[in-house]
Parts: sequence; structure tokens; C-alpha cells
Amino acid sequence: MTRLFKADLHIHTCLSPCAQLEMTPRAIVRQAKLKGLDIIGISDHNSAENVVVTKKIGEKEGLVVIGGMEVTSREEVHILAFFADDEQLLKFQDIVYDNLTTGTNCTEVFGEQVVVNEIDEIIGFNQRLLIDATGLSINELVDKIHSFEGIAVASHIDREGFGIIGQLGFIPPDSGLDGFEISSKITLEEAKDRFHGRNSFITGSDAHNLLDIGKSFTQFLLELPTLKEIELALKGQGGRFLVDK
Amino acid sequence: MELQEIASRLNLEIKSAAGSLTNQVTGGYASDLLSDVIAHAQKGDVWITLQMHQNIVAVATLKELAGVILVNGRQPEEDTLQKAIHENVSILVSNLSTFELAGRLYQLGIKNDPVV
Ligand SMILES: [Zn+2]
Ligand SMILES: [Zn+2]
Repeated sequence: MTRLFKADLHIHTCLSPCAQLEMTPRAIVRQAKLKGLDIIGISDHNSAENVVVTKKIGEKEGLVVIGGMEVTSREEVHILAFFADDEQLLKFQDIVYDNLTTGTNCTEVFGEQVVVNEIDEIIGFNQRLLIDATGLSINELVDKIHSFEGIAVASHIDREGFGIIGQLGFIPPDSGLDGFEISSKITLEEAKDRFHGRNSFITGSDAHNLLDIGKSFTQFLLELPTLKEIELALKGQGGRFLVDK
Repeated sequence: MELQEIASRLNLEIKSAAGSLTNQVTGGYASDLLSDVIAHAQKGDVWITLQMHQNIVAVATLKELAGVILVNGRQPEEDTLQKAIHENVSILVSNLSTFELAGRLYQLGIKNDPVV
């Protein structure tokens, strides 16, 4: 039996330099439930250090949390990467860290990069320059994501800044991407029209503050709220699919 | 001015050429956002960029650009090079930055007709 699941897969925690400090895992989970979401995705810039803690809180609170990252390619294109398995995600994170520049974050300019525990206590600051691009091309990133059994979705493709079309003019035909995220600024119909009938569209809030969580979300028709099923929906297989709002 | 003259006068490394080095360069455009190049570059322009992705070849073909110059010594990716050879698009590499290279091109007399 399939049913509808509301998912906002693009949420930044306080680990992202550009996100508000109020974006602690506990507050995010609470707000997502308030908004009636069934599934959220955690997608900080080039790091996944607040994923495991958010998943733990989600488990207690009855909210499905999918671990991921919004990684920046060499071409300065944002790619959302999601993994069912935390170990695989952390292996992918090692590769991302190896390919980030050696610069350190400038907190005055970009903000703090805060790692927290289950009760919102700060347990560390990530010192890397997470705002920067990795040295990996889109193709290399997608290959790596797939090799760790993850799925790769191009972020906000209707946005010029850091969107694949803005940076690269068009979506490379052999990109291997599993899905395409559109921002809340355009509808699914407009997206299909503009991006020539692609159907693997999702939309997420790209929330950097609590109020934005769930502002935009995707409705999936699934049997279970798992990444595997979401992957099927993106392919339109097994009776799983995306539902237009 | 032909692309090959620019290449020799500005000391550019020729990565792919295959017949298009005799292209006439009638202007120039500098940008790293490919959507912006699609929107604003003119036929016959030489395009200065730091993007090495294979899409630069498609954009150069689409806009009928005279050639592409990569700055800061950046090398095209392997599939970019293959595509460029296949599509007969010249890719050249300069050790200069975008700013410096645009200045040198201007000194050689490569200018766009001012938009009125
Ligand atoms: Zn983004
Ligand atoms: Zn984002």
C-alpha cells in the first residue's frame, strides 16, 4: 500500500556557515513536525557532521531524517547527495574533505560552523572553509556518490547562482544525476516546460532559518519513507512517484 | 585578426585546433557563467573563461565563437578536449588571469562594437 509522504529534503543546520544558529537538530525536528512533514533531508554545505545527531532525534520524535550533504563541485554547482547508510555518507564526507581547499573558515564573514549534540550543546566548530568549492567535477562527484550507494540531485536548477544551468548553460546529457531540485519560485508545470519534460523534479525549502522549513516540499507516493523508495519515485518505478501539489 | 595570430602573440598553449585556428576573431567576451555567455556572447568572439567542463565546447559551437581561452593555466578536462577535437573548437590556455588577458587582447585591437 502506498501513501503520500511530505518531504523537505533541503535543510541546512547550524553547521552551514550561512545558516542561523537557531538551526539546531532539535529545533529543526520540532519545526518540521509542526509543519506536518513526514521526511526531512539534512544537507549542509560540504559537511555532514550534524546528520547522525539529527537522525537520532528524529527517531525519538517520529520523524524520518535522511542524511545528506549539499556539496559544491569544481564548476561551483551545488549537488545534493543523500545516503541511506551513515557509514557510506561519512566515507563520502572524507572524500569531500580531501578535496576542499586547505583554507579555514572566517567566522566574521561567513558565520560559525557549529556541531551540536542531542540536547543542543555545542560540541565543536568545524574549522574548514565549507563555503568553498571542492576540486571535484560534477561527473566525479556523481560517480563518487553512486559508488557509496547514494543519490545525486542537482540543487535549485532554476537559480542562477550555484545552479547547474546558471553555471553550465544546460544540463550535460550524460550527467548521471538522479533528480533535479527546483526552488519554490517556480511550479512543477513551469519546470517541466522550461527544462524540457524532465520528470525527476523535487522541491525543497533550502531553509537556513526555522521559519523557512517546509516552505516548499515534495509529495512522494511511497510504501515506506526510505531513500530507496524515494529513488524509485524519482525513476517513476514500482508505483512510486512524485505528486504535483 | 586570426586566432592563430593571437595565440602566437599572447603565447597561448594550443590544446585543440583542428582547422579552426584560422577563425577570425571579431570581438571578445569574458565570463564563467555559461548561461551568461549563451545570453550575451556574439558570433566571432573569443571567449575567456576558467570553466573546464565539457559544456564549454557546446556553448562555443552554439554561439559560433572563434575560440575559447582558459585562464590561469587551467587545463581542459579530458572529455572537454575530446569534444573540442570532435566539434572543431579551438581551446587555448593562457597563464594570465582573465583581467590581464582581456587587457592584452584589447591592446591587440580586439574590441567589441560598443552597444548603443
Ligand atoms: Zn545551494
Ligand atoms: Zn542549500
